[in-house]
Amino acid sequence: MNTVVDEIRFRQHEGTVEYTPKDFKAGIDVRWCAGCGGYSILAQVQRIMPTLGIPKEKIAFISGIGCSSRFPYYMDVFGVHSLHGRAIAIASGLKVARPDLSLWIATGDGDCMSIGGNHFIHACRRNINLNVLMFNNEVYSLTKGQYSPTSQQGQVTKSSPLGVLDDPFNPASLALGSGASFVARGYDGDPKYLQYLFERAAKHNGFSFVEIYTNCVIYNDGAFDLFTRKDTRNEHSVMLEHGKPLIFGDNKDKGIKLDGFTPKVVSLTDGKYSVDDLLVHNEKDSTLAFILANMTYNQELPRPMGVFQAIERTTYEQKVEDQIAYYSGKPGAGKLENLLIDEDSWEIK
Amino acid sequence: MEKQVQYLDEAVIRFAGDSGDGMQLVGTLFSNTSGSVGNDVNTFPDYPSEIRAPEGTLYGVSAYQIQFGQKRVNTPGNKIDLLVAMNASSLKVNLPHVKKGGLIIANSAGFDDKNLKLARYEKNPLEDNSLSDYHIVPLNISNIVKEELKDSTISPKHVDRTKNIFALGMTYWLYDRPLNHTEKWLEGKFGKKADILASNKKVLKAGWEFANKSEVFKTQYKIKRSDMKPGHYRNITGNNAAAIGLVVAAHKANMPLFLGSYPITPATEILHFISGYKQFKVKHLQAEDEIAGVCSAIGASYGGYLAATTTSGPGLSLKVEAIGLAVILELPLVIIDVQRGGPSTGLPTKPEQSDLFMAMYGRHGEAPLPIVAATSASDCFDMTIEAARIAIKYMTPVILLTDGYIAQGTNPWRIPNLDELPDIKPKFVTNPEGFAPYKRDPQTLARLWAIPGTQGLEHRIGGLEKEDITGLVSQDPANHQKMVNIRAKKIEGIANDIPLAVVEGEQQGDLLILGWGGTYGAIKDAFDKLRSEGKKVSYCHLKHLNPFPKNLEQILKSFKRILIPELNMGQLKSIIRSTYMIDSIGLNKVQGLPLKAYEVEDKVNELLKVKE
Repeated sequence: MNTVVDEIRFRQHEGTVEYTPKDFKAGIDVRWCAGCGGYSILAQVQRIMPTLGIPKEKIAFISGIGCSSRFPYYMDVFGVHSLHGRAIAIASGLKVARPDLSLWIATGDGDCMSIGGNHFIHACRRNINLNVLMFNNEVYSLTKGQYSPTSQQGQVTKSSPLGVLDDPFNPASLALGSGASFVARGYDGDPKYLQYLFERAAKHNGFSFVEIYTNCVIYNDGAFDLFTRKDTRNEHSVMLEHGKPLIFGDNKDKGIKLDGFTPKVVSLTDGKYSVDDLLVHNEKDSTLAFILANMTYNQELPRPMGVFQAIERTTYEQKVEDQIAYYSGKPGAGKLENLLIDEDSWEIK
Repeated sequence: MEKQVQYLDEAVIRFAGDSGDGMQLVGTLFSNTSGSVGNDVNTFPDYPSEIRAPEGTLYGVSAYQIQFGQKRVNTPGNKIDLLVAMNASSLKVNLPHVKKGGLIIANSAGFDDKNLKLARYEKNPLEDNSLSDYHIVPLNISNIVKEELKDSTISPKHVDRTKNIFALGMTYWLYDRPLNHTEKWLEGKFGKKADILASNKKVLKAGWEFANKSEVFKTQYKIKRSDMKPGHYRNITGNNAAAIGLVVAAHKANMPLFLGSYPITPATEILHFISGYKQFKVKHLQAEDEIAGVCSAIGASYGGYLAATTTSGPGLSLKVEAIGLAVILELPLVIIDVQRGGPSTGLPTKPEQSDLFMAMYGRHGEAPLPIVAATSASDCFDMTIEAARIAIKYMTPVILLTDGYIAQGTNPWRIPNLDELPDIKPKFVTNPEGFAPYKRDPQTLARLWAIPGTQGLEHRIGGLEKEDITGLVSQDPANHQKMVNIRAKKIEGIANDIPLAVVEGEQQGDLLILGWGGTYGAIKDAFDKLRSEGKKVSYCHLKHLNPFPKNLEQILKSFKRILIPELNMGQLKSIIRSTYMIDSIGLNKVQGLPLKAYEVEDKVNELLKVKE
């Protein structure tokens, strides 16, 4: 007997799957601060949704607690605004139960890397097909301005009036080290590129982690200016493009070269090095992904942006489905009588 | 030699030895055989929390106690009639539980100098006359099996491992049990290893023959079959019964099953069983922690599954925030808490009933939820189904309280005919017309259940207070009050949908014993004995703890005095007092041990004297 859930799981969408971004707007006021980076992220998500060809009823946004976690309320799909740090744990159960759903998690640096850190690393390793969008603003905003696990040393916040002492997490390295199959970084001020990353994440069959540098105008304004402002970003960040050399600078006059396993900046104009000497990005090379991600807090190097790694690997939920298909397909499988009456049972007449 | 035959109503035996001596196995085989000849059986495995405790030590002793009888057997029994002790430590640890005059079969090979030293015996107790209060039978079982299997091809190590089977064979003669059930089991277990199978069968039979011929055993005991309802039976642990209960509940609800869980003693076996049910399309996630266990279950429930999480005390502490989320999301969820001694890590392998307060009150905010409790190992099956029924019908998390004693002990379970069990009917909504996420069934107050994948029903829910009906976020003061009231009323209303409490004995009078959960067997034994002595006492046992059965207040008011025995410092007592303003007398024990019938008897007798 098919369960109702199976029936819904395999039911065909009635009508065509053609949407506009407006169809994904929940029709309630967005309550982020004016100038918050969240607006751009929301807009880009709503823009790419119609391009995915997924029926609205098959999409769910799950979130925890924090500014970013208001996200599900703004999307006219299924959604759960859950507990601080637990979105990934809830989504993991949902995805294992319902692999037919496209699941998205809106989270922040505190929600994902601090209170939810354990769920994050385990979802990475299991390779559950979830799309995690982490709004990194390097501060706790909803609780009004304390330092987060990605705050920088020395950063002055309400709970670090004399400067942060902690070393920050490097989210991309943490995700890679935990086994995430898709790891990328973008920022709120580059809508086109965010759309590209969200599409890539959506289409990646496995755990996708997109770190988004998100400006908090109230508690950490300008934290990412160096890497995101037009006048500074070319000199201070480098775009990772699959199969292409790492070139950056206002005049595209600098590149990244590997010295052993250590990346270093070289000039393309002093005649010593040419483009052919430069490191060429390969999204399928997980060793390289680590090297690139570890450039993150190195002051000597430009900040890498883009897709660090995109590797296909069987998802956890697929393995569950396969195991169930195998064992429930055996002769006599699924007979509850065999579960109830075992070799030790006896009959009283 | 002429043997005497003596008929008994019941007997208590205990197999005790080193962790590696196979005591759990022979205990299980003895209880299954006893069930198969129509006795009622109740068992208690008692093994060390160390995984491989050093050989021969006092803390490495593993034991398995069985009470079997002609009448209803509610507990594994108190004092032991027969102790099989495989080494010195197992004798020392278990001797205090043996009846004066009781029979002790001791494997004298386990009483060499090394073993005696490990057991901290100065002299060999088998030789110094210190056991004159007992009927002690020292036998070198190691030598006997060596002699029996001298022609066998199996290794000396394997020969020595048959000691337990030899002892089992002796007990089968002593209590007149057939060998065939065990032989069948051996065939299933060692079918592919002909030499090991043959050796074990030979030794089993040799044990039986030895006891039959030996002059030391002058009496054979017989216990007539019980008057049990016809049907298929098996001995089952509470954890196994709970796991099967989840599968059957999902079947009756026509829903797929999901378990999100993290290993914790003494609840882990439920996860073990469930993880092996892939042929029934059961999904599970062994989560990274207790919190992810419950959260993944909430996620699966949101997706339309019958979802459960299993745990014990410390794990329940970690899950409470998420359980509060399930309360406000109004999603069905079965939480099985196999209680153990606390606080903190406490006594991980020992039973207690001290999580009742946490089940009842252990969430922030006004977050009521239904609580049910199982009375015995086999009752874990029924109460798991009951928890699932309430969860699905009322769209709420439900806590089922069992404990380490009934979770790991066994009693015979009459295997139900699946058609006998009522269907559970989840109310999924699929029609977008007039849909609102917090619209309710006017009778149950359960909200509608719209799962992802249902076209046109896209909606958002969350942990922020919901506006009535629409489910939108609301900070409105009057709405919060209203929603708190609705959630409370929904749970209170379940009282109309659960069985009334039943009083055994007079329906009113001087003294009522009120019990709950896993202490049923001990209290019932005490009650039956007191009644057979003509004592005026009545008994009521609760399986629904929130809400209470509708008639409970009336029952309590019909007695002058109420005695509440429980394995905590008075948690039910306190809830009864705060609910009904009725005071009671506590019989409270927190020793990591199950409640004993004589403890209840003594207390009742003491109370009855006061009246006189």
